[in-house]
Amino acid sequence: MADSGAQAQPKPSSSVKLVLLGEAAVGKSSLVMRFVNNDFQENKEPTIGAAFLTQKCNLPTRTIKFEIWDTAGQERFASLAPMYYRNAQAALVVYDITKPSSLTKAQHWVAELQRQASPGIVIALVGNKLDLASSNPNSGSSDGDDADAAPAAEGEEEGEEGEGDARRVPTKTAKAYADEEGLLFFETSAKTGLNVAEVFTAIANAIPETSLKGPRGVGGQTSLGRQEDARVNLVGGRTEGAKEGCAC
Amino acid sequence: MEGTGNADPQTPGTSLENAPTSSTQKNDKVEQQDFINPTINIIQSASRRTSTSGVSSISREETPPPLPPRPKNLAFFDSRPSSSHSLAPTRPQLVSKATTQLSYTDTQSYNDESREESLSSGASRRKNYFGLNVSRNASDAEDNVSVRSFAPTIEVGGDAESILGEVIGDHEKSLLTSLGNRFEDKESESLFPPDPEFEETFKQEFDEIEEMKADGSNEESVMLQWRAKLKHFLILSSAGKPIYSRHGNDQLITNYIGVVQAIISFYQGANDVLRGFTAGDVRFVVISQGPLNLVAITRLTESDAQLRAQLDALYMQILSTLTLPSMERMFATRASYDLRRPLQGTETLLSALADGFTRGSPSTLLSALECLKLRKSHRHVINSTFLKTRSESLLYGLIVASGKLVSVVRPKKHSLHPGDLHLIFNMLFEAGSVKAGGGENWIPLCLPGFNNTGFLYMYVSFLNLEHPTEQVQERPVSKEGEGDEVAILLISANKEGFFELRGMRDDLVEQLQKNGSIDLMRGAVRQGRPSCTDIVPGSPLRHFLYKSRGNVQFTMPSFDPYFQTALDRRRLMNLYHHLHAHLHTKPTHLKIHHSTSTTNISLAWTTPLFELYCVAPATTSRAALAQAANKVIQWVRKEEERVFIIGGAVF
Ligand SMILES: Nc1nc2c(ncn2[C@@H]2O[C@H](COP(=O)(O)OP(=O)(O)OP(=O)(O)O)[C@@H](O)[C@H]2O)c(=O)[nH]1
Ligand SMILES: [Mg+2]
Repeated sequence: MADSGAQAQPKPSSSVKLVLLGEAAVGKSSLVMRFVNNDFQENKEPTIGAAFLTQKCNLPTRTIKFEIWDTAGQERFASLAPMYYRNAQAALVVYDITKPSSLTKAQHWVAELQRQASPGIVIALVGNKLDLASSNPNSGSSDGDDADAAPAAEGEEEGEEGEGDARRVPTKTAKAYADEEGLLFFETSAKTGLNVAEVFTAIANAIPETSLKGPRGVGGQTSLGRQEDARVNLVGGRTEGAKEGCAC
Repeated sequence: MEGTGNADPQTPGTSLENAPTSSTQKNDKVEQQDFINPTINIIQSASRRTSTSGVSSISREETPPPLPPRPKNLAFFDSRPSSSHSLAPTRPQLVSKATTQLSYTDTQSYNDESREESLSSGASRRKNYFGLNVSRNASDAEDNVSVRSFAPTIEVGGDAESILGEVIGDHEKSLLTSLGNRFEDKESESLFPPDPEFEETFKQEFDEIEEMKADGSNEESVMLQWRAKLKHFLILSSAGKPIYSRHGNDQLITNYIGVVQAIISFYQGANDVLRGFTAGDVRFVVISQGPLNLVAITRLTESDAQLRAQLDALYMQILSTLTLPSMERMFATRASYDLRRPLQGTETLLSALADGFTRGSPSTLLSALECLKLRKSHRHVINSTFLKTRSESLLYGLIVASGKLVSVVRPKKHSLHPGDLHLIFNMLFEAGSVKAGGGENWIPLCLPGFNNTGFLYMYVSFLNLEHPTEQVQERPVSKEGEGDEVAILLISANKEGFFELRGMRDDLVEQLQKNGSIDLMRGAVRQGRPSCTDIVPGSPLRHFLYKSRGNVQFTMPSFDPYFQTALDRRRLMNLYHHLHAHLHTKPTHLKIHHSTSTTNISLAWTTPLFELYCVAPATTSRAALAQAANKVIQWVRKEEERVFIIGGAVF
């Protein structure tokens, strides 16, 4: 916040508060580190409390400055979460595609956000550690649309897909759930960087211009109308041409 | 467990009764107003307090600290068990063989002094808190007596006369120096005799133990790896549930936990609180804190009191995660409660602490902090900038550079506990999580020395000294905290205070940059610790630790060039532990302890104002060592306001 706006850009610039939520060790910090520093650490230690980071994202028509709260997934910090999502305009709810229980946890977070966060909040569901799945991610998602919205848990049959495939959450399961709830949906790898910038760019694009009020734009004040917009336009938004957009 | 042999229940002492629990339980309701814990006042220097007892801080600057009295008689040795005397030659593996006590005299007067101090100074109150007050526990004395050797000789008496004074003439001095030169080759050698077995063990100390295979085929090798560790820490609930172990997984440690638990309950059943026992060359020390039993198992040279201080620190880490009332609530509902769940993620912090103890930490040994050496006027500017930019909800503010304190700001009535700072430093500089995270952090934590019933919130920002206003993207990876890391820590009781404190940080950093303080800090960090010969040209000392008791701070020279590896440092710390245990053994109250081995000669010296530990090659004479020690004292006196934070920013 302190120095936003200092960058005299021709394009309008606005800040977006974003919060990351999800079970411990799913890779929240790793995603942020990939996005902010384009770096990855093999054995990252758990976050204590929460970390605050900023990163700019250049869109064709404007610059978005993300103010990111990377929260700790450990249970004992859960009670602090409202403090971080209360005014957030966007949330990244992360699970680990090798761990079904983490999708269940993600679903709880989504429900909590829908109940308690700003009504217009843009939520992206992100399945991380895609590098651990042997098959191409696109093959998983291409046939995913017809699946029932059966949440989580039954990842077993996907295990047959390939040798050494650690995937336990089928793409279609998560995708169906995301569609039903009107969430953005991505599978990413913080390790390889796959799809990471895309998530943030998609979120940046998903925040309606009307809700952006310069550097201090606050999601909590947005109207319900905008929320409708967000939901309709963004479902399934695997944004194209995003990669070059972000300053990472 | 082989041969739990001579398990000796120790006489209940008083050190545990001074633990924080007892003093704070009554204040459960108080949220952040509980400041009656025995905390240490690192800033409000005890010199002010001791001035009431006749030693003003001014006089401390002007006049040399009182030299320890000369030994009047050596008859004191009569009280030593004669058997220990004869043990000496048969224990070549001890770092220091022929141990000689030089001054047992004036125990009475020393007692008076120390009692006065314990009434008036924060320093000794802290010691109690930490359970570090070794001298309270008679059993330690017995321990040491049984192991250490005392070999009074006529020659010792002669040296004893000379050690305390400046007896060496110039001629003699130059002779010594030239001797030193002649032995230069020798001097570059290690201060410690080679000990391949220890070296090998230490090298593997921090390696992970192999996973036990499902079919148990590698059980034996796993057990061997486990047993080869120099040090173990176990934490279990009083119901016997494992909570933490530094080495090995549950499967591996269950047996041990079972045995330890059985022994503890045996003694508890006998209404006798188990303190420690020896099995072979392994020492076990147990402390019970409320619903927890903490066990240290060591093959290193450490006294029970030193181990208890380490266990206390682990316990404080657990309280820091949970707070005391919430931990008690958990066990109140179910005695068999599994504490590992709420502690999830705390293992890395506990292990960072444990490994710090295993590597050896002067800070823990002395229960004191190290400060970044800065000119008094420079520190003053930083302090006043801190005060000027202080925001509403700030409780404590700290600037820490590569693990050393630069400046502290605090409210007049509230002091900072060194144990709490140790936990914070451990989290920031030893455990990687915060350091590696990037960005700024907002961390809820309980500072048990301050108040073990509630959480505070800590804003952490690491500065890039080259471009202080920019975000630090990647921090130097440095285990020893010797990188150019400067952290700004702002602590508040306000859960929602992040942006307020962040604003303060921006302000503070901008001002510090404007008034040149950032450059000064950078310079001081770059410069690092001086070497012994920077401090006293020509000094034979290889290393020393100087603790200012009143300030609860210590200073030391660089580990380079003589102690560059972790192994060298561990062996140096072994020596310091040994010296420290001697100084803090109750019945002796000795003021000077002198120790020699084939490869080194060392000295420990305590007065109400300071503790000094120093070591030189064995070629150094006692007189030269004593003189070098005196020179260090003089140097510290001259540099006192630079190496220590005295006064400081209070609002
Ligand atoms: N293979 C693989 N490992 C990953 C990936 N992302 C993270 N990890 C690893 O997963 C572990 C946990 O990652 P973190 O980023 O710390 O997870 P987190 O969600 O921030 O965890 P908390 O802070 O405890 O909530 C680390 O060892 C990472 O190296 C990924 O995309 N692929
Ligand atoms: Mg994290």
